[in-house]
Amino acid sequence: MWTWFYKLASPPYVYGVSAALAPWALGGAALAMGYGLIAGLAIAPPDYQQGEAVRMIYVHVPSAMLSLTVYTLMAAASAVALIWRIKVGHAVAAASAPIGASFTILALVTGSLWGRPMWGTYWAWDPRLTSELILLFLYVGVMSLRLAFEDPSRGDRAAALLAIVGVVNVPIVHFSVVWWNSLHQGATIVRLGAPKMPGSMLWPLLSMWLGFMLFFAAVLCIRLQGEVLNRERQSTWVREAVKS
Amino acid sequence: MMSSSFWAMGGYARYVWPCYAFAGVVLAWNLWSARRFRVAAQLRARRAAQMTMAAVGES
Repeated sequence: MWTWFYKLASPPYVYGVSAALAPWALGGAALAMGYGLIAGLAIAPPDYQQGEAVRMIYVHVPSAMLSLTVYTLMAAASAVALIWRIKVGHAVAAASAPIGASFTILALVTGSLWGRPMWGTYWAWDPRLTSELILLFLYVGVMSLRLAFEDPSRGDRAAALLAIVGVVNVPIVHFSVVWWNSLHQGATIVRLGAPKMPGSMLWPLLSMWLGFMLFFAAVLCIRLQGEVLNRERQSTWVREAVKS
Repeated sequence: MMSSSFWAMGGYARYVWPCYAFAGVVLAWNLWSARRFRVAAQLRARRAAQMTMAAVGES
């Protein structure tokens, strides 16, 4: 296991693995999202209370789950980079941040579109919505802080610290609907006990979630290649790699 | 589901379709910007390699 861990610290290894994985992840994402879209939009039944508006769930829930997953991964990569001084950790965190921020915006916008017909408003200062907005500010803060220093390594360390401190917001977003009175509905999938949905709605949702995860993996692999190249520009292996 | 009622989404079309359209935009932007970022990094690395080789040649 440690051999694998040490390999992950090697930029040429990470560059090669990312290049190999990206097309497979993208293909898997297309398949999973294709099924999820067809099943979610045309096959799954409408909700008995929300009617056809419930179909927004197949985009909103996967993007919201991804916004939290990506932040957790970014914080974990930052911790690895700070504790073990593994530079690839900073590269993973830097590559993850813009993707996570874009999925947080997607979760906020789709949630807003869903909220209008269900709650009668596009926005409310509700605990779930507010904590998700804070998550977006954290992403923006981490990205800005990385660019705020002339010395890139200082920017990496500052951004890593903010990412680690900010991870406290992840459980706040998830449990906000339990801890406080909220307009937002409670957990549907990630909860103790069986999911609250029937299979005809759950499978398309799980398929879209898998598709979003694989899409994130593909985009992360592509961005990570760029990050590694930028950081290792002066290395012999990069000179050899870009020659071919 | 009939075609017209499918597009009408039970009266929620003005919310459901923009939701999916925005998701498409976000996915497309992610893929495009990641590829652009990688290409730019490859160009920078190639330029750095050429400068290094030129410097080695001069010395």
